[in-house]
Amino acid sequence: MMMCKGATQLMSLKQDRALTLQERMSLRLHLMMCDPCRQCDKQFALLHEAGERMQHDILGDDAAKD
Amino acid sequence: MTDPLPDEDSPSTSPSRMERLTAVRPRLLSFARLHLRDSAQAEDAVQEALMAAIEKDASFAGRSGYETWVFGILKYKILDMMRAQKRQGVWQPLEEEGDDDSIERQFQSSGRWQQHARPASWGEPHTVFENERFWQVFDACMIALPDNVARVFSLRELMGLSTAEICQEIGIKENNCWVILHRARLRLRSCLESGWLKGETL
Repeated sequence: MMMCKGATQLMSLKQDRALTLQERMSLRLHLMMCDPCRQCDKQFALLHEAGERMQHDILGDDAAKD
Repeated sequence: MTDPLPDEDSPSTSPSRMERLTAVRPRLLSFARLHLRDSAQAEDAVQEALMAAIEKDASFAGRSGYETWVFGILKYKILDMMRAQKRQGVWQPLEEEGDDDSIERQFQSSGRWQQHARPASWGEPHTVFENERFWQVFDACMIALPDNVARVFSLRELMGLSTAEICQEIGIKENNCWVILHRARLRLRSCLESGWLKGETL
């Protein structure tokens, strides 16, 4: 049975490559039962989005014009 | 529709473009600083990128926006300078596989979250991103990361390189890259949660 620490590894990996079917299943199973990990999963996704957002903000109006 | 060709009689950068360069400069600088982790080098990278933009003004094809083009030049300069930093042995060795205390502290020995470290809800991303304090703390948390961890994270999430590209760029194995990114994310989430959500001083 995967614990929270192991689950965060998969959550992180998910931001960098596609998970295998088995990885996806065990992560999903863990997330179903664990609220803190669900929050962590969202936070990792938000960190990823923050990077994109930062690049977008650097370009300012330029990005909006494209 | 074709892009307007640059006026060959006036190869110099137009005043309005110079203004746009001045306007975008501070943002380029903070971006460069997050990667190079050295204010003087970040200044140099931005300076070189702006110079190159001015020199190559005529080669701006107008396929992307002007700032996007300048930003592209800067990214290239940053990668160049990171390679130089690495060559000059400025970096600590990257193959550190030991335990990371700041991460061990977030978990019990069983692998469950420690009570004090359990992730809380941050709310909706668009609300988070509108919050200026979030970005201040994000910046501070990035600075607080160990250099190597921060480099890999910024190449991945700010520069948008794939882990395969990062491995090639800095000469580590992809597995190692994933370990480092996992650590970076756990450190950042913990730092953001205490500094921004709970309002503790960093």
